[in-house]
Amino acid sequence: MAAPESLVYERPESFTDTPTHYCPGCTHGVAHRLVAEVLEEMGVTNRTIGVAPVGCAVFAYNYFDTDFVEAPHGRAPAMATGVKRVLPDRVVFTYQGDGDLASIGMGEIVHAAARGENITVIFINNANFGMTGGQMAPTTLPGMKTTSSPNGRDVESQGYPIRMSEMISTLDGVGYCVRRSLHDPKNIRLAKKAIRMAFETQVRGLGFSMVELLSTCPTNWGMTPVNSLKFVEEHMVPAYPLGDYKVSEAIKQVKI
Amino acid sequence: MAKELWKGNEAIAEAAVRAGLQAYFGYPITPQTEILEYLSRRMPELGRAFVQAESELGAINMVYGAACAGVRVMSTSSSPGVSLMMEGLSYIAGTEVPAVLVNVMRGGPGLGNIAPSQADYNQAVHGGGHGDYPRIVLAPASVQEAIDMMGLSFDLAEKYRMISMMILDGSVGQMMEPAEMPEMKPIVERNWDWATNGALNRERRILSSIYIEPAAEEVANLRLANRWKEVQANEVRYKEYFLDDAEIVVVGFGTAGRVSLSAVRAARAQGIKVGLLRPITVSPFPYEVIDQLTGQAKAFLVVEMNMGQMLSDVRLAVRGRVPVEFHGRPGGMVPFPDEILHEVQRMNGANLSVHADPINSWLARMAEVK
Ligand SMILES: Cc1ncc(C[n+]2csc(CCOP(=O)(O)OP(=O)(O)O)c2C)c(N)n1
Ligand code: SF4
Ligand SMILES: [Mg+2]
Repeated sequence: MAAPESLVYERPESFTDTPTHYCPGCTHGVAHRLVAEVLEEMGVTNRTIGVAPVGCAVFAYNYFDTDFVEAPHGRAPAMATGVKRVLPDRVVFTYQGDGDLASIGMGEIVHAAARGENITVIFINNANFGMTGGQMAPTTLPGMKTTSSPNGRDVESQGYPIRMSEMISTLDGVGYCVRRSLHDPKNIRLAKKAIRMAFETQVRGLGFSMVELLSTCPTNWGMTPVNSLKFVEEHMVPAYPLGDYKVSEAIKQVKI
Repeated sequence: MAKELWKGNEAIAEAAVRAGLQAYFGYPITPQTEILEYLSRRMPELGRAFVQAESELGAINMVYGAACAGVRVMSTSSSPGVSLMMEGLSYIAGTEVPAVLVNVMRGGPGLGNIAPSQADYNQAVHGGGHGDYPRIVLAPASVQEAIDMMGLSFDLAEKYRMISMMILDGSVGQMMEPAEMPEMKPIVERNWDWATNGALNRERRILSSIYIEPAAEEVANLRLANRWKEVQANEVRYKEYFLDDAEIVVVGFGTAGRVSLSAVRAARAQGIKVGLLRPITVSPFPYEVIDQLTGQAKAFLVVEMNMGQMLSDVRLAVRGRVPVEFHGRPGGMVPFPDEILHEVQRMNGANLSVHADPINSWLARMAEVK
């Protein structure tokens, strides 16, 4: 006789049935799932508007069962500002890569944060421009080889990595700004909690919220998925320390 | 309502408010800044959205977001700022959402100066952002016309789901004239069936300018082109002055058209059969009316505050059948009626050639002046 089945895992309802286009082992998919779970748990799917970036997540709008718009490269925080200012009772989030957010969109992200826009930003730091084939990003580690730093990022001529969470957390408009990693189940669970807190910050009107997620890009890093998770743990985490960079007092009191 | 004295820029701002403007995003730049300043007070007072953006890049993408949400939204800028907005305009056009943009043009290229100019005609009408996309462009010549065009701009943008631009030179923005404001219109919840405002009790929606399959992008391009045919058939607007028996037809938009009218009146007083066509919509351009005028006119004179940009459109309509001459004042200069009168007198009865390049002969005449 067959053992009684118990369902332990299924697609969140905030997800569509469309299979994602991400490479095997890429943590973009993990990050998507966490956001979808949080939207569903908070019961806000039908009043959420997502803003997709230009980057590997350009088709994010195919996967979330919410309204979605697609921004020009780097401009998602400005577009989200436009949406949120005219629809203040909706939940608005951007999902952006490190090229999108920390390179071409540096102006937009800093000012959205400084204005304290009540939006949530999911920031995927995978230390390169994934979509265009693995060029150097502002977040590429010193010495890290990319297609545009073929001998490894030379800080003398190519500058130093930018630590976005540290920078953004200095701004008074920010209610919540933390860095998490997606390299193992424990960290993934912590990441989900952080994403929840970021959205809680928004629905409570406590200002700008951002979760930076250290992510993998096995394809462009030229590593197996498992080795890229190790790379995050061994090389990314030391360069980009995990932690709470800014958590407003009101959010500290929230118990989920 | 009675006439009041209004400064062009402030009149534009108030007219937009009265037309139901729900959100404004902008960045300071002369000679447009009074619009932003006026709305920084007026919009919050009415509980409507106002953000001074970090740049014109920020501003146009805020416009893009609010346009996707389905509200009446506008930005305003001047030439260098509008250049920065071109990326956003292309995305807005590709997403087929309505938005209104005002360009209070100044002298260029580059930082140029802050004097009145019409040098962004090509950028507005023909060029600008990447990709194939049409857009409506209105060109007021007075404060009253600018006021009247504000409501029209929103209506057209929404009717055709496309960008509606208003281009005026700095002098219209800066001058004070008696003008009449329309009544305050209430904000209308439009509930567009395309707006991304939260999928409450309906299927979710996506707004994007992406068509990853070229065949689908071709379909989208053709859809825009067909919509544009409708705009061309229904929305061409222009003003005619003394054209009934005109043998010389002056064509000028905005301030150049307004100054030309003084010259045309003076020439009429001297018995010269001259008239003026002043396009109100420079896009869609009044090709047909110029085509028809070519049957009666012996020559055209195009007057612009640039190096001859609308001239190309006039020549396209005239198709070499009669001579087209040009008089321009670029760089932030405004022509005097006397200069234009002088051109009309020169052309009257002269043996002009259809083969002469109007810009070359104008440059030669300019060299004599200097
Ligand atoms: C204005 C503009 N410049 C450049 C590009 C090309 N481009 C597309 S994605 C991308 C980088 C994306 O990298 P990132 O944001 O890190 O996202 P990832 O793919 O790594 O998730 C670039 C440069 C573009 N689409 N638009
Ligand atoms: S290129 Fe890199 S970031 Fe993009 S989907 Fe593949 S693994 Fe993920
Ligand atoms: Mg990246």
